[in-house]
Amino acid sequence: MAPQDTWTKKDLTGIEELSRAEIELLFRQADQFLPALAPGKGLDLMKGRTVVNLFLEPSTRTRTAFEISAKKLGAEVVSINTTASSLVKGETLRDTAMNIRAMGVDAIVMRHSSAGSARYLGSVLDISVINAGDGAHEHPTQALLDAFTLRQRFGKVEGLKVTILGDILFSRVARSNILCLSKLGAQVTLAGPATLVPASLKEAFPQVRIVHDLKEALKDCDAVMLLRIQHERQTTTHFPSLGEYTSQFGLNAERAAWLKPEAIVMHPGPINRGVEVESEVADGPRSVILEQVRNGVAVRMAVLHLCTGAISR
Amino acid sequence: MNPADNSPLWIRGARVIDPSAKRDEAKGDVFALDGKFVDQLSPADQAKARIIDGKGLVIAPGFVDLNCRLGEPGLTPRETIRTGTRAAAAGGFTTVVTMPDSLPAADNVGTIQLLREICARDAAVRVLPTGTLTKGHEGKALAPLGTMKKTGVVAVTDTTSGVQNNEIMRRALEYAAMFDLVVLDHCQDSSMTEGGQMHEGAWSLRLGLRGLPRTAEEVVVSSDCLLAELTKARIHLQHLSSGGSADIVRRAKAKQLAVTAEVSALHLLLTDAALAHYGTSLKTNPPLREEVDRLALIAALVDGTIDAICSDHSPYTATEKDCEFDLAPFGAATLETAFAAAHTALVTGGHADLSLLIARLTHGPAKALGLSAGTLKAGALADLVLLDPKAAWTPTAADLLSKSGNNPLVGRALTGRVRATFVGGRQVFGA
Repeated sequence: MAPQDTWTKKDLTGIEELSRAEIELLFRQADQFLPALAPGKGLDLMKGRTVVNLFLEPSTRTRTAFEISAKKLGAEVVSINTTASSLVKGETLRDTAMNIRAMGVDAIVMRHSSAGSARYLGSVLDISVINAGDGAHEHPTQALLDAFTLRQRFGKVEGLKVTILGDILFSRVARSNILCLSKLGAQVTLAGPATLVPASLKEAFPQVRIVHDLKEALKDCDAVMLLRIQHERQTTTHFPSLGEYTSQFGLNAERAAWLKPEAIVMHPGPINRGVEVESEVADGPRSVILEQVRNGVAVRMAVLHLCTGAISR
Repeated sequence: MNPADNSPLWIRGARVIDPSAKRDEAKGDVFALDGKFVDQLSPADQAKARIIDGKGLVIAPGFVDLNCRLGEPGLTPRETIRTGTRAAAAGGFTTVVTMPDSLPAADNVGTIQLLREICARDAAVRVLPTGTLTKGHEGKALAPLGTMKKTGVVAVTDTTSGVQNNEIMRRALEYAAMFDLVVLDHCQDSSMTEGGQMHEGAWSLRLGLRGLPRTAEEVVVSSDCLLAELTKARIHLQHLSSGGSADIVRRAKAKQLAVTAEVSALHLLLTDAALAHYGTSLKTNPPLREEVDRLALIAALVDGTIDAICSDHSPYTATEKDCEFDLAPFGAATLETAFAAAHTALVTGGHADLSLLIARLTHGPAKALGLSAGTLKAGALADLVLLDPKAAWTPTAADLLSKSGNNPLVGRALTGRVRATFVGGRQVFGA
């Protein structure tokens, strides 16, 4: 299969809509942007363009990464946060977006608590829509930066064994990663308590393996992706307490020793130190957490560049 | 639509299907005089009769819908009695039972009286109101069932709020039985469905939407059957969506309990896979479930476990449905496509013959609520439909008469079409 060299999508709403060739094209673009991450460096590929970050859910890291990505490309960036948003006043998402578009914007990066909202916005607007997380559905740039980091570490993603550990049920990061890693040929294991990793996930994603035993989940994998335990999202019925979660599934040095020597530990952040991961592991030699953050800028630069470029083409 | 016309009606040369009389004639005539069916017209009446050639068409009793919402009072941006009953007529429904979750709710005599006055003025088909089971359908205190019955309600229900408290349901059943009022229940344990947006299954997991599990319906179907056994009262289970629910009802009927059930036409045709693109017009409560449920519901309809097919017509404005999926209201506007949807699923799908389908749209629902409708027998009100079962068509937004466009079957190829509808011998739909 010849590598795809043309990007045609104006939106990035989910990994589901991407082909393997498109993901690989995006990675090659991100490779080219890595040098621009150095302090004092920057490009002018999006000079004169404007990107609006429409964040209708709290986020610091993703929003900051998108802001820096756009600025590294020379674009102007405006960020709208939930408290400043007119949606609070009862305006519909369509109206908010049409108003932003009317101001001459090139792309909207949106985070929203409603699953499917990015696809909806992409169908409403003729400018680029980038999904920065839609409810429990997808968080495509996180999955792309995770796979990009695996590719950087191991040379390729194909054939890797990746365990995703924690709250799968409510996690958009997990959904996007399951799809992205599967498309790139990795084998995915989902692990965690049965209430957050129900057996029915196998019906939704037949390609994954589901285990509830931590040692089994860790012993063969090349990478373990820890998910943030978002106790503000789960109702109390999904697990008894954070302490109980940590005692059963928290990753500490003793359990990290079950991993293969070369296996890495990943986390999308922000970390709950002492809950899903102990500091000794988060800051230890296996951790690639800060590489993920750095790669996230290059990957988001590639997404912004390719999607906005698809419209002018 | 023809102007009101009191002349005798003679439809001839059509296939005549009337399950209430076990009648299925390949070629027969139907006569109406003074608003009622008659066995024959006198030569004098024949001479002045309106004669319709029914060749190639099917005559059936007018359909009876046990579950729809027509917007009044109070929700007229979505539907009015004028638009809703014309949509009903276009769908072949000549008798429709409306849900009481209007604004204000039909939990008092005044609101029901107002609805009846609006219907007397505007309705194209027969509208039979229901009242709420509890005040404001809040599930706390019983509504005045006896006086509402006197005002003309044919049943009582808390509709989509369901009844969450078994003690209240028990007393409601006992009290309603005194007035021979059937209790309708939307079976759902709300403690299991908080935040739910669609059927809980593979699709909800893929789409990242919270699920409404089958079990939330089945536990209430079970408790309703147990309470029917305890109270000996009549209970009708609304729009079942789970195959498991059908199994529970089958067992209850085997024990001779006074339980009846319905299914929406949409649930016979579609599954949760149709929600793959977050289409808000497909967001319904109960939700579309899986293929195993769809097939189990069809089997239950065929074996008589499920008595009736309903439209579950729930209109919402384009603005209300044009939003993020989890912010969209539940409901689909389906009166006009219910017959075609059920026909496509059952008859075209090879699961049942036309006669059975018509039984579940006429005699079945009428019997469940003890209504005199749904028959072609002489002396009955001359409510009938002319059907073209072979017609293939694709509904378009422009075809539809409902004030709301949230019909998920727009753009979908269907077979079976209503050609004309008559209420009391007068034509209310068709060329």
